[in-house]
Amino acid sequence: MTFQLAENAQTFDCRQAFADELAALAREDTRIVAVCNDSVGSSNLVGFRNEFPDRLINVGIAEQDLVGVGAGLANGGLIPFVSAAAPFLTGRALEQIKADAAYSDVHVVLCGQSPGMSYGELGPTHHSIEDLSWTRAIANLPVIVPADPVQTRAAVRWAAAATGPVYMRVPRFKVPEVTPEGAEFAPGRSIRLTEGDDVTVIATGTMVSRALEAAERLREDGIGLRVLNMPFVDPLDEQAIVDAARETYGIVTIEEATVSGGLGAAVASVVVEHRPAPMRILGVRGEFAPTGNASFLLDHFGLNAYGISSAARGLIDRAGG
Amino acid sequence: MLVAESSATVAFAKFRGDVADATEEGKSAALRDMARAVRRDIVTMIDRAQLGHIGGDLSVTDILTTLFGAVLDVDPEEPGRPDRDRFILSKGHCAGALYATLARCGFFPREELSTFMAPLSMLNGHPDRKKVPGVETNTGPLGHGFPVGVGCALAAKVQGASWRTVVVLGDGEMQEGSNWEAAMTAPHYELGSLTAVVDRNRLQQGAGTEETKRLEPLADKWRSFGWEVRDVDGHDYAALLQAFEPSTTGAPVAVIANTIKGKGVSFIENRVEWHHKVPNTEQVLAAMEELSR
Repeated sequence: MTFQLAENAQTFDCRQAFADELAALAREDTRIVAVCNDSVGSSNLVGFRNEFPDRLINVGIAEQDLVGVGAGLANGGLIPFVSAAAPFLTGRALEQIKADAAYSDVHVVLCGQSPGMSYGELGPTHHSIEDLSWTRAIANLPVIVPADPVQTRAAVRWAAAATGPVYMRVPRFKVPEVTPEGAEFAPGRSIRLTEGDDVTVIATGTMVSRALEAAERLREDGIGLRVLNMPFVDPLDEQAIVDAARETYGIVTIEEATVSGGLGAAVASVVVEHRPAPMRILGVRGEFAPTGNASFLLDHFGLNAYGISSAARGLIDRAGG
Repeated sequence: MLVAESSATVAFAKFRGDVADATEEGKSAALRDMARAVRRDIVTMIDRAQLGHIGGDLSVTDILTTLFGAVLDVDPEEPGRPDRDRFILSKGHCAGALYATLARCGFFPREELSTFMAPLSMLNGHPDRKKVPGVETNTGPLGHGFPVGVGCALAAKVQGASWRTVVVLGDGEMQEGSNWEAAMTAPHYELGSLTAVVDRNRLQQGAGTEETKRLEPLADKWRSFGWEVRDVDGHDYAALLQAFEPSTTGAPVAVIANTIKGKGVSFIENRVEWHHKVPNTEQVLAAMEELSR
């Protein structure tokens, strides 16, 4: 199959899909509660609060308390969706995520809102490019990065039905729809969006549509790009990675995150252990972002179709293709 | 996961019944006996493991004994019963005291205590809820148990359930900012079913709390955050029982339990160096002798 981006496709902030799906779930299951750190507005939970005033718990600006309270609510038989801006949720409360949620093994859904560099001009304090590395290092914690509203909804449903803790990003940077109808959403499973035997691009979240753009450009030059959407950064789709390493000249990974320990590093671990192959890892590399809006910053770090195409061409050149 | 031992749970159910029916003096005498047995187990466990936090274990023992012996509605035969009272030891380094208490109640066989901190033991240096029944959340890093306890109490409120939540904190632990976040949340949500107990032994690892980072006026701090405060002798069973009565105002209850670190063993009492020092053979014998009087 080949998924094609629609011409002039409408783009979406996934926070709305998150909030809509959470409210829908809450209508079906009285155990669903939302917990936030004064982030009712930025988590798009105003509608939830209006509909379920007793099931929205706001602990104020206190992220450590936020995650601990979430763990306690789960202990008491509820299914808490703990929502806060991703940098503060994962950075400030990392030890609570480790000890209270993951090590204690309670069913808390940690929702990192506005991740990556979507807060743009607000600067590196408000960017969350480290969250994937931090959370991936913690045992017993699936890490999900949805790519569009459909996948955001699927992630919310999956997380609600899980039995243990989950960390999911909720993208703010607007993206087009990239999920084919009937696509599977399951841990350890990626979605192959385009066929191609030259180079594989493994993308997650906001980078998926950019990988599809790159595939279209390279197709015009006769280069076949295999685009895999990898929504689960943990657990990875190891089989798809090994297949890509075997069947294509190399792998490009791209994520709206630091390259130190995120998707690319995870994929590289699988590749070197099972099927060594050349790779290019795209992301932010050892620096804090300069001032600029999110769109500017993604381009600044080469996190766009051009960056992907260049990396893919580099792998083909290296292979003498 | 360890499982209950029925002979011990039956004996403990009888103990609970006897305590409930006893006079005030009778209750105190029974709890004193239980506490003495728990303290002996603690010393034996630390002697065997050559590890442990003996000072804080001994200061918190009377608090734990009173809670499990006469207050908490928990069932060792059904430790996950949905409407059970929640007990959280936020000062998780005193796991030894908790394990000795839980074993005494029958949550798991007392023989298991001899594995304390041994390789692959269920009894880790800090409590693990996946291994030890009666443990609600994995504590150890300070400032974690209290917010989780606030969540447990909120869960009761959201669902209209009647369980109580009791969290025991170390006094040095009150230097953690997360505890003050939780201390603001509970009164805001009027969590009258929540009791926070501070084991106020006035010592932390390296020095006195007031030398390290001043906590006083501690009761005023809690009061100003909106808590109903009860300032009691943490080794006086009758006073503790009264302090553990439900809230009278609808506000959450803070019990400042004034204790002696190392309580019960004269040469350990109130000495900062006994935070996690391990007694030698002679000291173990002397301690056991004092705890058997």
